[in-house]
Amino acid sequence: MLNEYFSSVDLLVLKPAILLTLFAIGVLLTDLMLEPEQKYLNAVMALAGVGFAAYSLGPWPLGLQHQMGMAGADALEAFRGAVIVDSFGIYFMWLFLIAAALSILISIRYLEIEGEHRGEYYAIMLLATVGMMILAIGMDLITLFMGLELMVISIYILTGYLRRDRRSNEAALKYLLLGAFSSGILLYGMSLLYGLSGSTDLRIIASSISQRPAGDPLVLIAVITICGGLFFKIGAVPFHQWLPDAYEGAPHCVTAFMSVGPKAAAFALLIRMFLVPLASVRDVWLPLVIGVAIATMTIGNLAAITQSNVKRMLGYSAISHAGYMLLGIVSGNENGLKGIMIYLMVYAFMNLGAMAVIVAMRRKDIIGDEIDDFAGLVYKSPTAAVLMLIFLLSLAGIPPTAGFIGKYFIFLSLIETGHYGLAVVAVLYVAVSLYYYFQIVTSMFTREATDNVVPALSPGIRLALGVSLAMTLFIGLYPNPIIEVAGNTVASILR
Amino acid sequence: MSNGYFENYIPILLLAGVVTLLAVGMLLLSYLLGPRRPSKEKLAAYECGVMPTGDARQRFSVKFYLVAMVFILFDVEVIFLYPWAVIFHELRMLGFIQMILFIGLVLPGFVYLWRQGIFDWSETDTSEWPDTPPVTLPGVSLVVPNVVQEATPFSGGSQ
Repeated sequence: MLNEYFSSVDLLVLKPAILLTLFAIGVLLTDLMLEPEQKYLNAVMALAGVGFAAYSLGPWPLGLQHQMGMAGADALEAFRGAVIVDSFGIYFMWLFLIAAALSILISIRYLEIEGEHRGEYYAIMLLATVGMMILAIGMDLITLFMGLELMVISIYILTGYLRRDRRSNEAALKYLLLGAFSSGILLYGMSLLYGLSGSTDLRIIASSISQRPAGDPLVLIAVITICGGLFFKIGAVPFHQWLPDAYEGAPHCVTAFMSVGPKAAAFALLIRMFLVPLASVRDVWLPLVIGVAIATMTIGNLAAITQSNVKRMLGYSAISHAGYMLLGIVSGNENGLKGIMIYLMVYAFMNLGAMAVIVAMRRKDIIGDEIDDFAGLVYKSPTAAVLMLIFLLSLAGIPPTAGFIGKYFIFLSLIETGHYGLAVVAVLYVAVSLYYYFQIVTSMFTREATDNVVPALSPGIRLALGVSLAMTLFIGLYPNPIIEVAGNTVASILR
Repeated sequence: MSNGYFENYIPILLLAGVVTLLAVGMLLLSYLLGPRRPSKEKLAAYECGVMPTGDARQRFSVKFYLVAMVFILFDVEVIFLYPWAVIFHELRMLGFIQMILFIGLVLPGFVYLWRQGIFDWSETDTSEWPDTPPVTLPGVSLVVPNVVQEATPFSGGSQ
């Protein structure tokens, strides 16, 4: 015990976040001393920060507990219950660190081409990761909101990082205005929860919500506003309008990061809110989630068909993936939640892989994010084309890639809970998604190349592609380890 | 929900009602009863006695916004330091360490801003925006980056 306010557990629980913050500040300062051609050292330092944070998390999946000599404990509570580190939080922290590391790897050459290679970028990315971690382990409304704001404000800045590019500026402004609005709605819902229970602790809120009479209008308003805010953050219809614009306008590497990290963090918050404070009013939010999930899959998949810009198409595909993941919340049983956890991890690898190929397409004077830019890619760079094919197959959910495992568990849970209609709709939309993913594939394999500029696979991109490919295939072919880890994780939050 | 819950708010409602009535009533009375003899000086914008030189709808250098943001950052720091200094003796070593940590977080930001040239008010470095013509107004020199000048909504594909 340090004193009556802080204990050593508090420091230990926050160690990954503290390390990332220190490295973020360090990157800012060392950047001032680096010559323009040495800027890649910023990325090295940021990667070192991610590495140290991962090391401090300890061995998968319950490292922190082992460090504290509390191997049997399910969860560590810190800051008087405001932060709780269970295997759910650790799983998500690993996911965020993986997303941050891969995004940093693919950023280096892209930023050099754009002429915006500065330490701020990596510092902000690390701080966004800190925000996500707090979202995954927070157990208190104020803590959660602080984490959320730290994450989204960092992402707003990264979206507008290309100062000279008007698309980037416009995307950032749209995202900022709509995001601030949705944060306000979410905060309104949180204030209602506080008003109903007199506490910001999620568990105390849960017990006082469960004592309210059924059909209480205040609970209804709280649920609706909180759902609205959360649905915005995961990009679900009808709060999806910002997402394609932000994805298209942001720098390629930021699109990669924001499509994986913040999305997973928003899902962590959503699962926590639905399973702890709002668990007793499942009847209220279930119809909402079902309707939103169907609308999200519909709009996401159908709108993706007409896109000619690959980043925008992946934006709509990200919307539809959020719809599939919401189905896991609808079924709400162990397999459904397990499906969401696996889906998020798998999505991180396959989407970052696909985005890494798009980043490699960015060369001097070529933006490289239109479907036409992919024409005849197989003749110019067979490696890039085949990699893209594998990642797209995985995004569509075709075995033996990892995307199949995520979808399998979610569809299985729908059948288990008797949502046969939803399962049929979801499978039909998988067929639709194949169509638009294969627009890229046909462009790559059957059309003539329009230019001879080969995609530039820098060492960082090679490494990121290698890791993404290995994990996409490994999870697809031998999914047992991740199923086991996700199973433990879900068991820790369902108890 | 108990019946007394909303009754607690009745005094606030009364106060809000009285204030609104008073404000609207005073404005309305002076509008209806007051004599109006407009002249050029009376209709001019009030600028603390200085002659107005134009309206405020101009582009300002982005530096002003930076100054405002930096001000907020260090203002918060100073506000935080004052109460700490008052009870410094009671907080003892722990309070000292905590404040050192806090300043240790803010100080890198200060160093960063300094090295970025934020505090260099005097001249505007236009070398970073090579193809930007400076917009000059009488007595005021403004530099507006291309991004702002040419910003038009891009058509971001169909839905």
